[in-house]
Amino acid sequence: MSVALESVLEIHPQVAVRPETFGALAYHYGNRRLIFLKHPDVVTVVQSLNSHPDVQSTLTACGVAPERWPSFVAALSSLETSEVVRERQIAS
Amino acid sequence: MSAKSLVDEMKRGLDAPICLTWELTYACNLQCVHCLSSSGQRDERELSTDEAKKILDDLRDLQVFYINIGGGEPMVRRDFFELLEYSVANGIGVKFSTNGAFIDEEKARRLAAMDYLDIQISLDGVDAATNDAVRGEGSYDMAIRAMENLKAANFGQFKISVVVTRHNVSQLDQFKALADHYGAQLRITRLRPAGRGADTWHELHPTNAQQREIYNWLLKHGENVLTGDSFFHLNALGESLPGLNMCGAGRVVCLIDPIGDVYACPFVIHDEFKAGNVRDEGGFAKVWKQSDLFVSLREPQSAGACASCGAFDACQGGCMAAKFFTGLPLDGPDPECVGGDADEALSIISRGSEPKPSMDHSKPVTLTRKKLPVSASH
Ligand code: SF4
Ligand code: SF4
Repeated sequence: MSVALESVLEIHPQVAVRPETFGALAYHYGNRRLIFLKHPDVVTVVQSLNSHPDVQSTLTACGVAPERWPSFVAALSSLETSEVVRERQIAS
Repeated sequence: MSAKSLVDEMKRGLDAPICLTWELTYACNLQCVHCLSSSGQRDERELSTDEAKKILDDLRDLQVFYINIGGGEPMVRRDFFELLEYSVANGIGVKFSTNGAFIDEEKARRLAAMDYLDIQISLDGVDAATNDAVRGEGSYDMAIRAMENLKAANFGQFKISVVVTRHNVSQLDQFKALADHYGAQLRITRLRPAGRGADTWHELHPTNAQQREIYNWLLKHGENVLTGDSFFHLNALGESLPGLNMCGAGRVVCLIDPIGDVYACPFVIHDEFKAGNVRDEGGFAKVWKQSDLFVSLREPQSAGACASCGAFDACQGGCMAAKFFTGLPLDGPDPECVGGDADEALSIISRGSEPKPSMDHSKPVTLTRKKLPVSASH
């Protein structure tokens, strides 16, 4: 899956996010990978994903200007590849 | 943000360590000649179970994601499983290093049933002769038995951890094959002159030609082999190896020793690099955030004699511990500087005059050291 504005994402349930001055560190307990979230705005977006219907509404709610959306979609795509975020699963 | 500026951020220190080693005990059934903590006998001041749990509570509050548990041999502690379970229940993943002596069939099954647990079996040779010369008689069989038991218990991917020496550089391919055979992941790390390793480093550390061999091997296999980012001094040879290329001591790395002393890194057990003790008021968090030592390590460091070297950006002047225990200035080249820039300084330092580790828990019996196998490159 590649991420688009319509994508419905969530933080991977096995991921913990710890704020740092440069952004945040994310740790995936499943694959034991440490990922650097290098911008505070990306951190805010990632942490808000679960509370909004899709990527676009999350970006809007976090006050990210539309001209920055493409780079945020790209950032989320790479976070999806490293399994920090994933397609939202319906709670079972 | 570029990789470079990320490294700059790391150098300023993180809110909590990302590579925290906690040595649970100085007791060990073995007596490896390169032991970084000079382990052997238990220290009567070692932390109690309750104190250990209190540390785990602090680490949870700091949001430490995982810890590296070592020793000594951590499995000799009677509360070993209790602490493992407490840590994982607190959301702190555990990777522990062991010589494998205590991983029998039953323990292997118990370990396999746990989540968020990584095991690292130490092995320094693909045959008993090479391994046992460094780790002691019987230690090869011990490690292999542990791996067999983990495999039989379906533990999944454990790690085989190798300290690279003059005598096993030529076995890197065989180590990889051994790891593949067990469905394990290979981890190779640099030998540092720490603990008893300070006494044996001169005979054991890879030769200059072998360093190039390690570098080339890592360029070829680096993506599938873990290194703890310990070979960054080799980046001076050309293309950088994967990983965070910097000395993380006191910035992203630290050690809690068995009696609760906090050091900048597991390889610098010396008063000069002791930041405080977890038993002090404020506990570990205060030591990590406010100790004078850690605060000063997070300030910009001088490149000293390395400043004029074209490779400094890639190599960062190497490892602080390696310089310290070989008697070299901390702001100059690493003793294994691939450009040979430390050779002269090293050659004039009188052997025996280097700083000695502040703690020695070696067993009193003088072990008759077996002669090391003669390396093929000589
Ligand atoms: S002189 Fe210093 S920076 Fe240059 S290669 Fe040697 S250790 Fe690295
Ligand atoms: S002192 Fe050496 S071993 Fe310790 S963190 Fe620095 S580079 Fe690594």
